[in-house]
Amino acid sequence: MKKVLLPLAVIPLLVLLAYGFWTDPTAVPSPLIEKSAPPFALTLFDGDSFRLAELRGKVVVVNFWASWCFPACYEEAPVLEGAWREYKDRDVVVVGVNVQDTEKAAREFMDRFKFTFPNGPDPGGKISIDYGVYGVPETFVLDKEGRIAYKHVGAARGDVLMGQIEGLLHRVPPAVEKKGDHERGA
Amino acid sequence: MTAQLGNIALWIAFAVALYGAAAAVIGHRRHRSTLLESAYSAVLVHCAVVTVALLCLEYALITSDFSIQYVAFNSSLKYPIWYKIAGLWGALEGSLLLWAWMQAVLAAQVVIMYRRKHRDFIPYVSAVLMGISAFFVSVLLVPANPFAQHFPVPADGRGLNPLLEDTSMLVHPLLLYSGYVGFTVPYAFAMAALITGRLKEEWLFITRRWAVTAWMFLTCGIIYGGWWSYHVLGWGGYWAWDPVENASFMPWLAGTAYIHSVMTQEKRGMLKVWNLTLITLTFALVIFGTFLTRSGILNSVHAFTRGAVGYFFLAFLAVILLSTVSLLSLRADQLKTQGSVDSFLSRESAFLFNNLLLVTFCFTVFLGTIFPLLAEAVRGVKVSVGAPYFNYVAGPIGLGLLFLMGVGSVIPWRGGSWASLRRNLLGPGLAGVAAGCAAFLLGFRGPWVLTTYALAVFVMGVAVQEYYRGIRARRRTAGEGPVQALAQLFIRNRRRYGGFIVHVGFALVAIGIVSSSAFKVEQEGMLKKGEMLQAGKYQVRFDRLTSGEGPTHVKVHGIFTIFNESHEAGEMRPGLRFYPRSNDPIAEVDYWLGLQEDLYVILSSFDRQGAWAVVKVLVNPMVSWIWIGGAIMALGTLIAMLPTRLLSATGAGEKP
Amino acid sequence: MSVARRQGGIERRSKTGPLRAVAASVVLMVLSMVAVLPLAASSLEEQTHQIATELRCPVCQGLSVADSPSGMANQMRDLIRERLQAGESPDAIKAYFVERYGEWILLAPKREGFNLLVWVFPFLGLGGGAVALALVLRRWRRHPEAAPASVDPAYLERVRHEMAQDQS
Repeated sequence: MKKVLLPLAVIPLLVLLAYGFWTDPTAVPSPLIEKSAPPFALTLFDGDSFRLAELRGKVVVVNFWASWCFPACYEEAPVLEGAWREYKDRDVVVVGVNVQDTEKAAREFMDRFKFTFPNGPDPGGKISIDYGVYGVPETFVLDKEGRIAYKHVGAARGDVLMGQIEGLLHRVPPAVEKKGDHERGA
Repeated sequence: MTAQLGNIALWIAFAVALYGAAAAVIGHRRHRSTLLESAYSAVLVHCAVVTVALLCLEYALITSDFSIQYVAFNSSLKYPIWYKIAGLWGALEGSLLLWAWMQAVLAAQVVIMYRRKHRDFIPYVSAVLMGISAFFVSVLLVPANPFAQHFPVPADGRGLNPLLEDTSMLVHPLLLYSGYVGFTVPYAFAMAALITGRLKEEWLFITRRWAVTAWMFLTCGIIYGGWWSYHVLGWGGYWAWDPVENASFMPWLAGTAYIHSVMTQEKRGMLKVWNLTLITLTFALVIFGTFLTRSGILNSVHAFTRGAVGYFFLAFLAVILLSTVSLLSLRADQLKTQGSVDSFLSRESAFLFNNLLLVTFCFTVFLGTIFPLLAEAVRGVKVSVGAPYFNYVAGPIGLGLLFLMGVGSVIPWRGGSWASLRRNLLGPGLAGVAAGCAAFLLGFRGPWVLTTYALAVFVMGVAVQEYYRGIRARRRTAGEGPVQALAQLFIRNRRRYGGFIVHVGFALVAIGIVSSSAFKVEQEGMLKKGEMLQAGKYQVRFDRLTSGEGPTHVKVHGIFTIFNESHEAGEMRPGLRFYPRSNDPIAEVDYWLGLQEDLYVILSSFDRQGAWAVVKVLVNPMVSWIWIGGAIMALGTLIAMLPTRLLSATGAGEKP
Repeated sequence: MSVARRQGGIERRSKTGPLRAVAASVVLMVLSMVAVLPLAASSLEEQTHQIATELRCPVCQGLSVADSPSGMANQMRDLIRERLQAGESPDAIKAYFVERYGEWILLAPKREGFNLLVWVFPFLGLGGGAVALALVLRRWRRHPEAAPASVDPAYLERVRHEMAQDQS
C-alpha cells in the first residue's frame, strides 16, 4: 500500500504547479473595487483646479498615464479622448493623472494626442498610491455615487470602456467581470 | 544555411539520444554486447552533434546573422566579441542549448571513463543521461528553437537585456550550469543503483567527485551571482530572496546535505534511503529551478519567458519524481539501514542534525517560494513572501549550522565522550567567547551579530587547532618540516583538511552577511553643486555631471568628491545608462571595496541642467568577506579533491 | 566489513541526556527566532526604514520599498515619513497600504489564518525533526542492528582495486 501512496503524494505538488499556468503573477487584484474612491485634488496643466468630490453624480473615468509609458499609454490615448468627446455632455468626466513625469514631456504627449479632457500632474505620487497604482497605465471607472466600479490595468480598450460607462449611466451592472481586467503591456 | 544545419543537428541529436537510451537498456538486459556498444557510441555521437548545433549558433552570433531570430533579439553589431559569444546564454533558447551541450559532454565523459569498469551500472546510467539529454533537446526542437528564422532580416539586433551587459555575464551562468548539470551524474548513478538493486556504497564511491565538483561550481555560481547583483543592479544588496535566486539556493542546500550525509554511508553503511532521497531531491530541485525560471508562473528578476516551455519542464519534473519515488518504494526493503552508534555525541548524529537543518531550510525556502501560488489557489488572495520572512528563518539555521560545523568536524564516529569533546572544543570554544566579548567591547551590538562572530571564530578555531595538531603530530612521528607536514596532511587526509578550509570560508561568509545587514549605513539626499551629504564617516560632495555614449546607450555620470573624516579621499562617478527601448535607466554604481567596509554610491536622478543630483550613499561593512569566504570555500573544495597521484612523493597510502 | 562493538571505556550516557539536550536546543532555537523581532526603532529615519523594509515596492521585482531605487519607492518612503511625523503608528501606516494594494504589498504574509502555515512550518520542521532524530539515535544506541552480512572478500578486493584506479 505504501508503495503506491508515496508516489501519489507527489501529485498534489504537480497539480499546484500546473495551476500556476492559469494565474498571472504580475496581476494584482485591487481591493478598492466597490469602495468609495479616494478623493483628490489636481492642479491641471492649464492652471484650473480639479476636485473629485465636486463630481458626485457623474460617472468619472480616472486614467493614470505617463509620457514614457510606451506603447500602452500611446495606444489608449485616442480611446480616452474619444470617450471624453462622446460622453462629456452626458454627465461623464474623463480625467488624466500624469505620474512620474516631467511637465515638458507631459505637455508634448497631450499635444500629440490633442487631449481636451482635464489632465494634471501628481507630484509626490500621493494620488497614485492612494489608488493602489502599481504601473501605468491604469484606468478606474467610478459610478455616480463615487464608488470605484471597475479597474483596468494596461491600455484602455474602447469597447470595454464604453461598455462600463454605458452600464453605469443606466445603473445596469456591467457584464464584464467586476474585479477588473488585467491586460499585459505597460 | 547555419539555421538549417543547426536544426538538422538537433533532430539527429534527439534521435540518437533516444536510440542510445533504448539500446543501452535492451543491449544490457539481453546481453547483446554489440547493441550495448552501439549505445555507448550513440552517446559520443550525440555529444558531437550537439556540439555542431552549439557551434552553429555561436557562428551565427559572431557573424551577426540576424536572419536567425535568437541572434536578432540578443546580439548587436555594436557589441564587442565577448558579448556576442556570451549571447549564447543570454536568453532562453541559447541557454537551453548550452545546458544540453554540457549535459552531452558530461554523458560522453561518463561513458568514456566508466564503460569498462562498472559494467553493471553504466548501461542504466547512460540510459538515464541520454533520457535527460533527449528531454532538453526536445525542448529545443519544439517550444524553444534557437534557430527559428526572422523575416524581414533587421539591420541590427536588439542586443542583450541591458542588465546583462557586464563581465559577470561571461561567468555566472557558466558556473551555475556546471553545478546543475554536474549533479545529474550522481543522480543517474543513484537511479542505476535503484534499478539494478546494487544498493551498497559502490555508486557513492564512484560519484563522490562528481557531486563535490558540482557542489563547488554551484557554490561559486551562487556567490558570484551575489557579487553581480551587488555591483550591477544598483540597489546595494546581494541577495533578495527572489524566486529564481531561491531556485538556485534550494539545490545547494540539498546538495550540501547530500555531500555530508554520504560520508555517513561510506563510513558506516547507514542512511541508504536517505542518500538516494537527497540526491533525487537535489536533481529534482535543479529541474524545478529551471521550471520556475522558464515557465513564468512566478514573477522574478530572472524570469526568461512564459510559454510552452513550462509545460515541458513540469512534465519532466513529474516523470523524475514519480519514477524515482516509485523505485524507492519498490526497493524499500533492501534499503533498511543498519544503524548503530555508541553515543549520542557522535559524528553520525552531528551529520544527521546538519541534514535536519539544511533540509528544513530547503523545504522552508521551497514553501516560501511557492506560497504565493498556494495562497492564491486556496484563498484567492495574492500575498508576497519576501526577504523579511526568509531572513527570519535563515538566521537561527545559519547559527545552528556554524555550531555543528565546529563540533561535527572533531567529534569521532560512533561516539565520543564528554571528556574528549572537552579536549577538542575547549580551546576553540574559549576563542569564540573571547571574540564575542572583544566585539562587544569594540562597540558591536546585537545578540545576532555577537553570536555569529563567536561561532565563526569557534569554527575557525577548530580548523586552526586541527591543522596545528596534525602538523605537530607529523613532525613528531615522521620528523617532517612544517611545510612537508602540511603537504602530507593534504595528501593523507585531504577531505578532512580541505573540509576545514571550506568551513572557514563559510564562517567568513557568515560574518560578512551579518555585519553588512546589521551595520549598513544608508543616506539619500538631493545635493546642489558643492553641497555635501554625510554617511557614516564619509562626506560626499556633488561637483558636476558629465555625459557620454556607450555602444548601445547614452550615459550620464555624476562626479562626486569623497571625504573621509574631512580628508579628501578621491572621486566617484556613479551614472545612469539610458537605453532606447527602455523607460527606466540602468544604474551604474560606483564603489570602493574594502576589507572593513565598502563605500557605494548610486546616482538616483539628476537635473538636466546639471544644477542638482539625487544621490544615495551606502556604507556596507564587511561585504568583501562574503566574496573572500566564497573563494576560500572553493579553495577548500579543490584541496579536498586533489588528485593524490600528483602529490604523493612517498607513495604513502591515504584515507579516501 | 563487519563492525566490532567497542568494549568498555565508554561512559554510560543517561537515557534522558540526549533528549534533554535536544529539547534545550529546540527551546533555544525558538527563543532565538522570537528574539529577531525588531527592537523599537528610535529615530524617524530608522522607523521609516523599518516600515519600508516590510513593504514591497509595487513597480519592482520583489524588492522592498527600502531597497528599491525607483521613483515610486521614493515617493512611498516620503509618504511613510510624513505619516510618522503626523503621529500615525507603524501598524496604521501598513494598514493604509494594505487597504489600497491588498496583502500583496506586505513583504511577509500576515501571521493569521492560512498564512500561519508558512510561519509555523520551520518550527515544526526543526522541532519535530529534532525529536524524531533523537528517538532514532536513541534506538540506534540501545538496539544496534545486527552486524551487516559479511562481504565476499573477492568482491571487496575488486572494489578496492577499481577505486585505486579511480583516484585520478
